[in-house]
Amino acid sequence: MSAAFSQAWLLDETPASRSQAAWGRRYRAWLDLRSNPLAMIGLVVVVAFVILSLAAPLLATHDPGVQNLTNRLAKPSVAHWLGTDELGRDIYSRILYGGRVTLGMVIAVVLLVAPLGLAVGCIAGYSGGAVDRILMRVTDVFLAFPRLILALAFVAALKPGVESAVLAIALTAWPPYARLARAETMTVRNSDFIAACRLTGAPAGRIVLRHIAPLCVPSLVVRITLDMSSIIITAASLGFLGMGAQPPSPEWGAMIATAKRFIFEQWWVPTIPGLAIFMASLAFNFLGDGLRDVLDPKQR
Amino acid sequence: MTKRLNALAGLLASVGLTLLGLVIITFLIGRVMPIDPIIAAVGDNAPQEVVERARLEMGLDQPILMQFFHYVVQLLHGDLGRSILTKNPVISDIARYFPATLELATAAVIVAAIIGIPLGVWAAVRQGTWIDQTIRVVCLAGHSVPVFVLALISLLVFYAALGIAPGPGRQDIVFQDMVPHITGVLTIDSIIAGDWDALWDALAHMVQPVCILAYFSMAYITRMTRAFMLDALRGEYVITARAKGLSPFSVIWIHAFPNVGVQLVTVLALTYAGLLEGAVVTETVFSWPGLGQYLTVSLMNADMNPVMGATLLVGLVYVGLNLLADAVYRQLDPRVR
Repeated sequence: MSAAFSQAWLLDETPASRSQAAWGRRYRAWLDLRSNPLAMIGLVVVVAFVILSLAAPLLATHDPGVQNLTNRLAKPSVAHWLGTDELGRDIYSRILYGGRVTLGMVIAVVLLVAPLGLAVGCIAGYSGGAVDRILMRVTDVFLAFPRLILALAFVAALKPGVESAVLAIALTAWPPYARLARAETMTVRNSDFIAACRLTGAPAGRIVLRHIAPLCVPSLVVRITLDMSSIIITAASLGFLGMGAQPPSPEWGAMIATAKRFIFEQWWVPTIPGLAIFMASLAFNFLGDGLRDVLDPKQR
Repeated sequence: MTKRLNALAGLLASVGLTLLGLVIITFLIGRVMPIDPIIAAVGDNAPQEVVERARLEMGLDQPILMQFFHYVVQLLHGDLGRSILTKNPVISDIARYFPATLELATAAVIVAAIIGIPLGVWAAVRQGTWIDQTIRVVCLAGHSVPVFVLALISLLVFYAALGIAPGPGRQDIVFQDMVPHITGVLTIDSIIAGDWDALWDALAHMVQPVCILAYFSMAYITRMTRAFMLDALRGEYVITARAKGLSPFSVIWIHAFPNVGVQLVTVLALTYAGLLEGAVVTETVFSWPGLGQYLTVSLMNADMNPVMGATLLVGLVYVGLNLLADAVYRQLDPRVR
């Protein structure tokens, strides 16, 4: 296999097989992406963020939940690299574990949102007519609310907590994906290969699932990457407003909420989680921006 | 003519359906609450008969469709119910809090446009250079930092450490209730009253939240301006203008930019609507007595009528701004007529 993946094989102008052409295209996109420094910074930070979150139990110097009331609001030191919070808990360890909460929420939202948006968009775009109109009207209604406000109202109606926050963010995040998938579907719906497929007697479900949906995936991926930062920020905002992850969970937004009263004296306590949110979200923005440049040359 | 009428009818129908959807969602949010609305209204220790009477008064004994019907009828009468917390009708509460949010969002969108649009144009003209890259990083950073973090840091630096900015709130205590309440927009009210000290105080209090909101929304404006401008600069009329020997300033601002300006109307409308969202978080940090704070305080206390009312209002503003942008766009750009 290693010989097959040589640079010459990948950059071959006359690919011999479908998979060679596909890998060649991916390789060229990767080369494009690699030449974009911002995107590479983003990628590195995103990968680091994922690794740090996954390896949190190994890297943490303290238990994130253990309180030490004799050592409250300590300055960063050798024992506590980023200091301690108002209950004497180690901030560095809490940040690591908080990354897990954030990462988990982001992944959960994406897993809920992407298939839903893809399904609604493809079905609407492929069926056309009344189905299209109804589905798009529903999408418009959800788009008519600002994300955070609708999410807040939903969480309040359910029960503050991580699960509700994920559900609420997902409920408010799917419409743009549906729109995008529909637009992509409309452009390929009338192309010859779909017509050929239909002639062979393929049912609509198969055409949508096997031939249309895969074509919508790349633009959806870019959109998701760009959306990640907004999901992170919404999750943190919900936590900050007391509607997301609940203390003592080391979720970054919730950490800031409990620590904000110390901003004037022990400024690092609320600032460090803020920095964590900023870095994670900025990295996704850099990466998404670069991906869009690569996959959508029109935007350049 | 009939074509335009048809288009108008279609538009009205789609707006009507969207509004109906908004009302359904808000209604459902209010009904799936885990907290019993009756207990929330009459208190934990109310005797059984009081609870029963409240249930009848609130119409909660009726089927859900009837409840929805009553809700819509109430809405059409401008009745959003009563807030349990403030004891006032929600509609009058909103009338009191909304101008403060409006003031914040309007100022922020103006600042964001004044800074963001030229930055976007500059980035497009200098595409690919370090200027373009710097602008991109600055804007992406603004879009990546949660407004509450920025707000806290800003308070720390400018209020606590340097002491050059006023603290949280909308007014100094000295000026509280000194300016007659006319529009609810403090700056305008101060001008009407001719109270320049109060105006200065109000403006000083606005600087921090407005700048933070503006920075947050600048990213979108700049990015879109840059994309539109790149498109416009590729136009043949721009090449012609350059070939005629016009100055770069004239080519950019007099020939290319007006075409971009039309598209920017939509962007600005969307930004404005999005600012309502940013305002919710900013208001909690700056103790700004606006709609966002009203919403969050009501949420914390499970006071559902204000939550439903405020959510509905924000949705309405959203739909309205989109419609407005669409109409302005049609007026300004003859190609889409």
